[in-house]
Amino acid sequence: MGRYVLRRLLQLIPVFVGTTFLIYWLVWAVPGDPFAGKCGERRCPDAYIDKMTELYSLDQPLPVQYFKYMSNLLQGDFGTTFGGQDVGALIAAAYPNTAKLAVVALLVEALIGLTAGVLSGLRRNGFLDNLVLVSTLFLLALPTFVTGFLLQWFLGVKLGVIRPTVSAEANFSELIVPGFVLGSISLAYVARLARTSIAENRRSDYVRTAIAKGLPMRRVVGIHLLRNSLIPVVTYLGTDLGALMGGAIVTEGIFQINGIGRTAYRAIVTKEGGTVVSVVVILVLVYLFMNLLIDLLYAALDPRIRYE
Amino acid sequence: MRGSTPRNVAAGLAAVAIVAAAAGCGDNKDGGSGDSAKTADGAISMHGVQPQNPLIPGMTTETGGGKIIDYMFSGLMRYPAGGGNPEKLAAESMETTDSKVYKIKLKSGMKFHDGTPVNAKSFVDAWNWAAYSPNGAPNGTFFNEIDGYKDVHGEDPDGEGPKKAPTPTAKEMKGLKVVDDLNFEVTLSAPFSIWPTKTGYAAFMPLPESFFKDTAAFGKKPVGNGPVSFVSWQDNVEVKLTRFADYSLDDKVKVKDVTVKLYQQDSAAYADLQAGNLDFMEQVPISALAGQKWKSDLPDRAIETNIPTNGIIAFPLYDKRFQNADLRKAVSLAIDRQLISDKIFFGSRPPADSWANPSTPGNPSASCSVCKYDTAEAKKLLEKAGGFSDEMVFYYNADSSHKEWMEAVANSVRDGLGIKARAEGVPTFAVFRQMIDERKMKGPYRAAWQQDYPDVENWVGPLYVTGGSSNDGDYSNKQVDALYKEGTSAKDLEGAHAKFAEALKIVDADVPSVPVYVYKSQAGFGTRLANVKVDHVGELDISAVELK
Repeated sequence: MGRYVLRRLLQLIPVFVGTTFLIYWLVWAVPGDPFAGKCGERRCPDAYIDKMTELYSLDQPLPVQYFKYMSNLLQGDFGTTFGGQDVGALIAAAYPNTAKLAVVALLVEALIGLTAGVLSGLRRNGFLDNLVLVSTLFLLALPTFVTGFLLQWFLGVKLGVIRPTVSAEANFSELIVPGFVLGSISLAYVARLARTSIAENRRSDYVRTAIAKGLPMRRVVGIHLLRNSLIPVVTYLGTDLGALMGGAIVTEGIFQINGIGRTAYRAIVTKEGGTVVSVVVILVLVYLFMNLLIDLLYAALDPRIRYE
Repeated sequence: MRGSTPRNVAAGLAAVAIVAAAAGCGDNKDGGSGDSAKTADGAISMHGVQPQNPLIPGMTTETGGGKIIDYMFSGLMRYPAGGGNPEKLAAESMETTDSKVYKIKLKSGMKFHDGTPVNAKSFVDAWNWAAYSPNGAPNGTFFNEIDGYKDVHGEDPDGEGPKKAPTPTAKEMKGLKVVDDLNFEVTLSAPFSIWPTKTGYAAFMPLPESFFKDTAAFGKKPVGNGPVSFVSWQDNVEVKLTRFADYSLDDKVKVKDVTVKLYQQDSAAYADLQAGNLDFMEQVPISALAGQKWKSDLPDRAIETNIPTNGIIAFPLYDKRFQNADLRKAVSLAIDRQLISDKIFFGSRPPADSWANPSTPGNPSASCSVCKYDTAEAKKLLEKAGGFSDEMVFYYNADSSHKEWMEAVANSVRDGLGIKARAEGVPTFAVFRQMIDERKMKGPYRAAWQQDYPDVENWVGPLYVTGGSSNDGDYSNKQVDALYKEGTSAKDLEGAHAKFAEALKIVDADVPSVPVYVYKSQAGFGTRLANVKVDHVGELDISAVELK
């Protein structure tokens, strides 16, 4: 187990260097001088362009630029935006909000999705099963921004039961609706995955044996059936958490949440190459660790899986 | 999603943020129905976007930061709402006999937010800093009329890089002279009658001594001399401002705190506005304009104002195919402006009929003779020009909402002239601007101009004079240049405006570009506010606003 983790951690290093270099190269290779559009409908003064080019070492060869960037990064310096703000501080302010939103979305997915999936899987073709199938189909068909705008308008503007946007503090109570919007599509997947998995395992030998032994139904479902049926669902939730941690551009935008997705999107639009790279570096790290965590979680769920 | 709103059109695309000295309008006493006690310690919030540059007057070129600089600083002049000639603000007097040497006297007793006095040196040092090219201030070029500017501002010798601009020989402009605490003298390198008007622009704001000690720190925590002072700036969240107790000029604010909330999507701000979480939004989203929905969403809380910006189709005159004036006239006459205004903009942007903005002082009204829709005349002119055999491609930047109207223009030209025409998007504004800067446009393209300061000179100079800062099509006519020069060296504004009007007559015969529509802003405010007025660019007048 320990060796496996160590090997995985070592593998992260080349992946990390490779992805960050690619991103660095791509971001600055995007066509269009980053400073060409900064002065509106007129050419920027040479003085301004010269100063910015020098500040971001854009006049140097790419490997040199990258090396400079990485050596600063390793010392904890994420660089500054064109406006002079510290990128590290921007990320530090945005990340907790994204994490909070991801947790809310994941809870929504797990609680609603799993309950619906288990109940409908146990009683296939019943009324509840059909209801779950139809409503999840409905959720799957709606893009996030439709659900988002609809709920914002209906609950926020029309009924006035929630604030249409999330405040700077981003309390958990404010994040319930955005979390539901963000998790809605995954919720449908989780429900359907759980339903199929439960329905399949319901007929397997070990469940029949457990019933024949005379175990109470609650124990059969809760211990024997659920644990084995959860593996695909946990895999899905795990990768989804990785994706959620990467920020939600659409949801964060609609509900005005100061998260990492919005920060990245803004940086891309304003051609803040340095900010984009720094945000993505963090995302790469988060994603790599999430994947490792999920792989380790398998072993805990399924004793047949062992890591050497 | 961002960039799909008119606000951002103006932010990214239309020149620089116009900045009034302060948004004040001391003479507006009507309609005040606020509760004065509530107002005195009340707080208001308004829509804004994250500033892209440090909050330094010489550095701010876009509306996000421009708005904050605007509220925080008071310059020599201010621009009244609804157009009209500028009024003195921090200046007690500004005298000249030859439009070349200006003697400026400041009002006494003015203070910066840190308590230090605003004196002649605060202005002179700030201007020298911005003009000195190694400081890299994008607004540095605004000082080009001052004597000695060339010694402090180096320019790339071939004009297109990668050669570096030479380091300037001097640090200070010799045309600026501090006489005493309240008096200073400005000598221009040539007479320029519009210069006093120019000094209301953001680049001309005074700066306290603390700025020169640490400019980077100042950019995050600016100290101004305007009616509100800086409290805090939380990136992508909000900028907080508060009333400056020691403010001595007449545009004092009545409310206590002003919060500028930094939104990324205007739809979020609009939802907040309707739900009462936001008090003012200077431009409602385009989606709310369809069918005048915003007026029913915000009953009695909707304000529509003219703003001094024109939407333009520009020609690349460096391309041989577009060098015939008759062809350009034909294109202009074939554009059905009324239809575009009605169908694409739901009437929110009326058709243009003059070479500058209708609200600009000195603008000769209806000066554009080819701004009507006349396909018969257009066809005749096209024939006279020898036809146009290629496909005419109209370019626009696709990262903002220009597709619809540019396609309408292309279709209108295609049907009106019977030639092949279509519209094509360039991915981003940066790529689009780069193509323009490098003179690589292969067809007529979208442009816009928002005046920096209210005078027709700010249209003639940048757009139609040879080498003007936004004359990107390289239009050049010696008569226009000569008339412009005569205008700028005229003794008074009337004389200057007469010359500019003559210059525009020649422009009208040459049609270097085509005015298509003029912008209007559609602002909305919340139920808590009273006495809501907007300034000359459609931003909230914070000096007038009260709480109910």
